[in-house]
Amino acid sequence: MKKISNKTEISRGVDFILIALYFILVAIGLMAIFAVTYTEGDPILQSFLGYKTDYSRQFYYACIATVLGLFILLTDSKFFPATANLWYVGGILLLLLVFPFHSAVKGTESIIRIGGFQFQPAEFCKISVALALAKYLSLPEMDFTKPKSQLIAAGITLLPAVLSILQKETGLALVFFAYFLVMFREGLPAIYIIVGFATAALVVATLLVDKNILAIVLTGMTGIAILLNRKPIKKDKGVLLKIIFIGLLCIGIQRFAVPFLFTNVFGKHQVERIYSTIGKDIPEEYLKGEAKVDAKTGKQQNTADYNVKQSKIAIGSGGLTGKGLLSGTQTRYGFVPEQRTDFIFDTIGEGFGFVGSATLVCIYLALLFRIVTVAERQRSTFSRCYAYGVASVYFFHIAINLAMTIGLAPVIGIPLPFISYGGTSLLTNSILLFILIRLDADRQMVLR
Amino acid sequence: MSVFNQSRSYIIRAIFLAVFLIILGQLVNLQIFSRKYHQLARDNAVFQKIVYPERGIIFDRKGRPVLNNTIMFDLMVTPAEVKNVDTLAFCRLMEIDTAEFRQRIVDAIIKNTRVRPSIFMSLLTPVLQARFEENSWRFSGFNLLARPVRTYPFNVGAHFLGYVSEVDQKDIERSGGFYRMGDYRGKNGLEYTYEKILMGQRGVEYMIKDNRNRLVGKYENGEFDTTAIAGRGLKTHLDVKLQELAEKLIGNKVGGIVALDPKTGGILAMASGPLFDPNDLTGPEKNRNYGRMVLDVKAPLLNRAIQGRYPPGSTFKPLGGLVAMDEGLITPSFGYPCGGAYYACRRPVRCTHAGGGHAANMRLAIANSCNAYFVDVYRKAVDNPRIGNVKKGYEKWAEYMNVFGLGVKLGVDLPGEVAGNIPSVADYDKEYNNSWNSCTNLTLGIGQDKMLTTPLQLANAMCIIANKGYYYTPHFVDSIENETIADTVFMNKYRTQHNVLTHISDTAYRAVIEGMHDVVKHGTARIATIPGIDVCAKTGTAEVYIRLPFKGEKRMKLKDNSMFVCFAPKDNPKIAVAVAVENAGYGATWAGPIARMLVEQYLMDSLQNRSKADFERISKTDLIPSYYKRLQYKTDSLRAYEWLKAYGDSSRLKLFLNRNKTTADSMARKKKLEEERKKEEEKKKEERNQFASLVLFENRKHYKKPKDGPAV
Repeated sequence: MKKISNKTEISRGVDFILIALYFILVAIGLMAIFAVTYTEGDPILQSFLGYKTDYSRQFYYACIATVLGLFILLTDSKFFPATANLWYVGGILLLLLVFPFHSAVKGTESIIRIGGFQFQPAEFCKISVALALAKYLSLPEMDFTKPKSQLIAAGITLLPAVLSILQKETGLALVFFAYFLVMFREGLPAIYIIVGFATAALVVATLLVDKNILAIVLTGMTGIAILLNRKPIKKDKGVLLKIIFIGLLCIGIQRFAVPFLFTNVFGKHQVERIYSTIGKDIPEEYLKGEAKVDAKTGKQQNTADYNVKQSKIAIGSGGLTGKGLLSGTQTRYGFVPEQRTDFIFDTIGEGFGFVGSATLVCIYLALLFRIVTVAERQRSTFSRCYAYGVASVYFFHIAINLAMTIGLAPVIGIPLPFISYGGTSLLTNSILLFILIRLDADRQMVLR
Repeated sequence: MSVFNQSRSYIIRAIFLAVFLIILGQLVNLQIFSRKYHQLARDNAVFQKIVYPERGIIFDRKGRPVLNNTIMFDLMVTPAEVKNVDTLAFCRLMEIDTAEFRQRIVDAIIKNTRVRPSIFMSLLTPVLQARFEENSWRFSGFNLLARPVRTYPFNVGAHFLGYVSEVDQKDIERSGGFYRMGDYRGKNGLEYTYEKILMGQRGVEYMIKDNRNRLVGKYENGEFDTTAIAGRGLKTHLDVKLQELAEKLIGNKVGGIVALDPKTGGILAMASGPLFDPNDLTGPEKNRNYGRMVLDVKAPLLNRAIQGRYPPGSTFKPLGGLVAMDEGLITPSFGYPCGGAYYACRRPVRCTHAGGGHAANMRLAIANSCNAYFVDVYRKAVDNPRIGNVKKGYEKWAEYMNVFGLGVKLGVDLPGEVAGNIPSVADYDKEYNNSWNSCTNLTLGIGQDKMLTTPLQLANAMCIIANKGYYYTPHFVDSIENETIADTVFMNKYRTQHNVLTHISDTAYRAVIEGMHDVVKHGTARIATIPGIDVCAKTGTAEVYIRLPFKGEKRMKLKDNSMFVCFAPKDNPKIAVAVAVENAGYGATWAGPIARMLVEQYLMDSLQNRSKADFERISKTDLIPSYYKRLQYKTDSLRAYEWLKAYGDSSRLKLFLNRNKTTADSMARKKKLEEERKKEEEKKKEERNQFASLVLFENRKHYKKPKDGPAV
């Protein structure tokens, strides 16, 4: 379909609900950062414009993001499917560039510093992957039931994840797994998701339950499965072998894979964070370095506890209606670490209480649902896949970030979209959204 | 293709919804159902800062502060802020070396982390403080923190003013949680008795602190703060000039001095020897000083004016006379034919005079301090025919003593007052197996036997005589600033006149008072004469024995205690003084002049020339008995032995064991020294020989010269 010449204004077909949600979230973010970093007595307007304080910087990032968004709205929607592969190659190249040129910041080696600016290619890669995956899935000859296609799609998403892990940026690497939701929507057999969840459940069970008891339970479950499948087994001995194989695999994961993961793959802080979330002492075999023991209770002191504890105190002390902006003692006086970035939600939880935090959660939910609705109304597979990609990435960010601040997930350093302080994060998330809005504006077109 | 999977969009929405519901659920749990987080956040961020009020000030009778507050400064350091500091210059300025500087910084970090201020040097001297203030801009991270400290501007009154120190667990429990950790409270003396008045009221400031416990501001703009109320002042009867004089006189002796105002019972001066510096118990060295004094066998912490127990000796005689006269057993004209001793009982009681009618009546007997007379009078009182029973008679006599304030606590406003001793009938029954009579304890009549009194009791007894029968309970505090009703109730016991012995006839009192006046005019206390003032006095020279608490030590007789009591002027008494100097000799040699100087100072506001000379002589004489040295050594070594037994640590005992032995080390040193001395001597000898030979040689030459001369 061609662009119709008499309808050239940008606003045509633009989804204003998404735009509104976007600006609301950015505004909330600015306010939250302001609440954390504002020092009493500063002239507000001056420091907002001065580019010296964090909220002022974030304000300028938001301005840049808006300008970028406008540019995106002005581009041709065909531009994105056409250049999707280029974006991907560019993203991967940038990721590779990190290895020689990175500068170490807070333990990660994923940041390039140019002048006064920091840039994290892994963030940018979220856009690349969303575009490339959409491109690949929308190929006309695509048959997603073939294992080969599934493998290639997985390869596209997991390559940047692997590179990120190599750059010690596990948090962002996990984000790329979110794209499996897109594949699921496009016909990835449900068995993968089920197996994925089952494995996750098994790992969690391994951490929570005594290993011998778990082994007995797993054996018992295998036995029950054999009993229930007596008839198929009579017909085909292969079924029995499969069941026994799966049983042994589970026990193998529980006995060997998880301990391997904890002793050889995870770092000290990761082990601590995971055990702090499930609220148990770290077993001796996973201990790295000296364990601190609390003299009073005789329990292990998990240093990773501090962040989450303080974060929970901050959110919990907000109560129903909160303490008011700038009145939160937890967030104003630095009890919660990384408040501007990963733990920004505490500011809202403490300042505005349950009412405020529930409102924010609902806004996010509205955003996600709106994106899914937008996705489903696309005629073009590319646009739909891309939209699902955006929804998945946002969902993963929001869910993990919120869950970690309230102690439901281990601390993984990923920011809250549009709200956490940080230029790269705000810009990539904005670009992701504006490309979607641009694509959606031309939803009547079938893009290839 | 996509059409087939459209239903999956609902699954995805369901996943989104489910995860968000879990999050909302946890939010409900945290924010609505868990109430503990509010308190936790408050505990995190709100700090209760206790504001200590200034303690009340204690003034003397002329409004001069004898116990005051001063601001001293602690030098604080915040290690994280110490940047670009010229350590060498700092150390030179503050008179420490760099190693110590480093050590103190490390200590501060260990104690209070890098970001919180901790004490670097406590209680700076004014010199150091001024030096630091001039240069403070050069040393970031260091600052001064004001701290109120108790100070004794005249350096007097250590024994009765008391001191403050941090409360211990016991104090907190006893006060029912009123005191908290870190509070200071009066531990002795007036600080203790008037604690409630002096302490004032604590204030609380609620402060906000940040994640590193730095205080960043007031909580809720100070809405919940309570202000501290300063302690109220006390005006005392004390005369600082008199007190200074008394302390100088008793400082290097063992004994006690009390000067009372008979009209009010107010204590004008109270001193105890050996002295200690009250400021020793305020500064940073407080605990060490306290420990040192506690272990000192001379017991400098003991306030001998109210805790020393002395046989009053002859100073008691006026009381004995009054009792007998009041019981109607004798009249003032009663005389005793003393021939140099009292022979009526088995062992004679010697008297310093013999014959000449030196005890022809009460007045003369007191003036000449006749032992026989007062022994006789005592026996008459105890064997009172109207009572008819020695024990009952003695009981009556002891009761009289108690009324005179002997053998009972007077109730002075200081803690730790002792009652002295007037033995009871039961005591004698026990000691003499129920068979005793007035002969057994006849020396009670001359203030000996088991009778023990404190200087305060003696001074108070003088007040009763001077006032002819009444007294006020001795006390320091005259009035309390902004007196409340409760204060008045407390103070009333010091403001009521006790007319305990007004039933004794005026003639009896006059006889005794005139007798005491004669003592000064031409008796044993001529030393106490003050031209222009009628002083009434009585000397006392009490025998004392001691049995050192060690195996094989015999009871030994020490030098007599020098006792002296007096009041003046005779007709309108303004001051009553009691002085006890342990193991000093005659009452008139030491205690007498001391009392005279006090009376002079108080009534004439200066010392006469004679007194000035006496002052020089007495204040410079060290009368601390020599046995204390031996006692100290033995006590310390015994303590070290106990320590060894209790803790198996012989290091303390070794100090004593090796005192007179030579160790290998000292032997070597001795040898070396001797060798050197030998060498030197040899050298000298050699030199001398050389010189001698030279002289000889030259002489020879000289002598030869004339011979050789012509030859050359």
